[in-house]
Amino acid sequence: MDPLRQSPSPSSSRASSPRTLSCERLGYVGIEAVLDQLKIKAMKMGFEFNIMVVGQSGLGKSTMVNTLFKSKMWRSTMPGLRVPMPQTLQLHSMTHVIEENGVKLKLTVTDTPGFGDQINNDKCWDPILGYINEQYERYLQEEILITRQRHIPDTRVHCCIYFVPPTGHCLRPLDLEFLQRLCRAVNVVPVIARADSLTIEEREAFRHRIQDDLKTHSIEVYPQKCFDEDVSDKILNSKIRERIPFAVVGADREHMVNGRCVLGRKTKWGIIEVENMAHCEFPLLRDLLIRSHLQDLKDITHNVHYENYRIFRLKESHALPRGPGWVNLAPASHGLPASPGPAKVCRWAEDTSDKDF
Amino acid sequence: MDKEYVGFAALPNQLHRKSVKKGFDFTLMVAGESGLGKSTLINSLFLTNLYENRQIPEASARLTQTLTIERRGVEIEEGGIKVKLTVVDTPGFGDSVDCSDCWLPVVRFIEEQFEQYLRDESGLNRKNIQDSRVHCCLYFISPFGRGLRPLDVAFLRAVHEKVNIIPVIGKADALMPKETQALKQKIREQLKEEEINIYQFPDSDEDEDLKRQDAEMKESIPFAVVGSCEVVRDGGPRPVRGRHYSCGTVEVENPHHCDFLNLRRMLVQTHLQDLKEVTYDLVYEGYRARCLQSLARPGARDRASRSKLSRQSATEIPLPMLPLADTEKLIREKDEELRRMQEMLEKMQAQTQLSQAQGEQSDAL
Repeated sequence: MDPLRQSPSPSSSRASSPRTLSCERLGYVGIEAVLDQLKIKAMKMGFEFNIMVVGQSGLGKSTMVNTLFKSKMWRSTMPGLRVPMPQTLQLHSMTHVIEENGVKLKLTVTDTPGFGDQINNDKCWDPILGYINEQYERYLQEEILITRQRHIPDTRVHCCIYFVPPTGHCLRPLDLEFLQRLCRAVNVVPVIARADSLTIEEREAFRHRIQDDLKTHSIEVYPQKCFDEDVSDKILNSKIRERIPFAVVGADREHMVNGRCVLGRKTKWGIIEVENMAHCEFPLLRDLLIRSHLQDLKDITHNVHYENYRIFRLKESHALPRGPGWVNLAPASHGLPASPGPAKVCRWAEDTSDKDF
Repeated sequence: MDKEYVGFAALPNQLHRKSVKKGFDFTLMVAGESGLGKSTLINSLFLTNLYENRQIPEASARLTQTLTIERRGVEIEEGGIKVKLTVVDTPGFGDSVDCSDCWLPVVRFIEEQFEQYLRDESGLNRKNIQDSRVHCCLYFISPFGRGLRPLDVAFLRAVHEKVNIIPVIGKADALMPKETQALKQKIREQLKEEEINIYQFPDSDEDEDLKRQDAEMKESIPFAVVGSCEVVRDGGPRPVRGRHYSCGTVEVENPHHCDFLNLRRMLVQTHLQDLKEVTYDLVYEGYRARCLQSLARPGARDRASRSKLSRQSATEIPLPMLPLADTEKLIREKDEELRRMQEMLEKMQAQTQLSQAQGEQSDAL
């Protein structure tokens, strides 16, 4: 988690700014100390991260969340428990604050029980899209106030993890419908759930088929190609894109293997270690979400998806903000389309430094 | 010759010989969502490659796919006994976004087979009746769910009175032992709650061993199975069929790993004939009784269909019209006759060759 990686300052990307000349430094100024200041500020404020897990019941969503954040956020349900199957899709969120080495992370996980479980799953993605747009709306309402809060609480969904069942064949129609709609509104990371039922060859074949399906239907999952800023990003993200979707296994029980205590699933023929790259790709998912791309996920949500939503809403109200005036937005119609529009806006918003921390 | 010895103790042998000559046939239906290992399991159960050159349709093809019913037949011979196995597959089941009524084609198929048999049975030429009734349906339940899902319940309720159902948990190597037990328990409870009648094992009160085996089998319903056609070497004394993972190898025929052996024993070794008998005696007879009763009451049939009833069969009760053309049926009957004649010819040829060889031998001697 790199608190120092933030979007570049507005001046570097605006074409209209005066040309900055590089000048010779005549002595030590101490600009580097800015990084320390940012760090201290970040540690004091803490970070926020909101993820959503979507998938049919039984694919290990709750267990995966527990494994990712190494804490019993959710009591993972065994099949024997009397958990009534929800008749319609419901969403519920839980917020936890976890701390590591002095860094606080306010984590909100939104679960979607009942997704894809009914006989007729048509339009089961509508409540999810509604929830995501609702968070954008909430943020927008706060943003257009005259006297704004110093730190707008960010409940927008930064990342949506979609669990694909390990059939070994290809994406199902339900998966395609969902991914097509959601990739335009939020960052989606598809994963192959319960991958311990696939052998290595089956896994690779399945992965290739999914990648082909995604390409055929023009579905852009995170990390999106069009948002790669420079060459190093491209190289890093290309490596990740080759392995998407990751084949993951989640576990929250510990077992002893060769004297070490590991998280895993114990079966009669062996123990599947969750953090062993030879067994599954959970470390890749964890690194992507937490260790390397957490800030990037938030940035893209803020700069692209939220901006798309904002433009759409403002166009809907036939008004554009002129200066610090009060903009009376038309109430959000609930017939909001799945995506505000195909426009992929790569604009850097103003005052990002205030908003992110 | 002993006066009290009549000699019908040898009747079972006669039956045995006749059955071996006639051969057995068995129609098995597999149903369930795609990706649960149905084709692999069929190949493993019968050690065939029924699904050898299978093309898995890609996602865009799946978007417009509707449920189809496919039949594949294979003849398996083991120890001189021939079994003509027909596997009825239901690709496309449970795949679409809206699966309402997706079980109706399956129900219609099963009933069509009954209708066909009813017509044949009541017809004139009963020598070469083709029995295409479904004797057993293996229903695959996903190991990833929390028991039966709404689609499973709807399908099972639609077919449970029409065919023997054996519920099976596919890809069971995804589950840890405790999870498997919990899932089986949950499914059993759900089946009882929804009043779904699955195939009941008859109580065999022959000897203790069989009784114990049967009790074990009953307890492990639904069977948690793993299928594989690949042979792996796990460092043991002999190569076994299984699936090789990085953390270990699952052996298909190891009773500790999965219930494959139980399923195979039940389906092929011990209960094959019983499944057929239950189909004939309970299910088919029930269907026949219902059908004939509804025909015997004139008010029950509407006028339009009665006028179209065929007069070909000699029975007084008119039979329901089938979409199947009569010519197709005739062709099938002729094919069957041809096959039998060919077999007889081959046997006669083999016999003459044998007698010739014997004749030469005796000449030489």
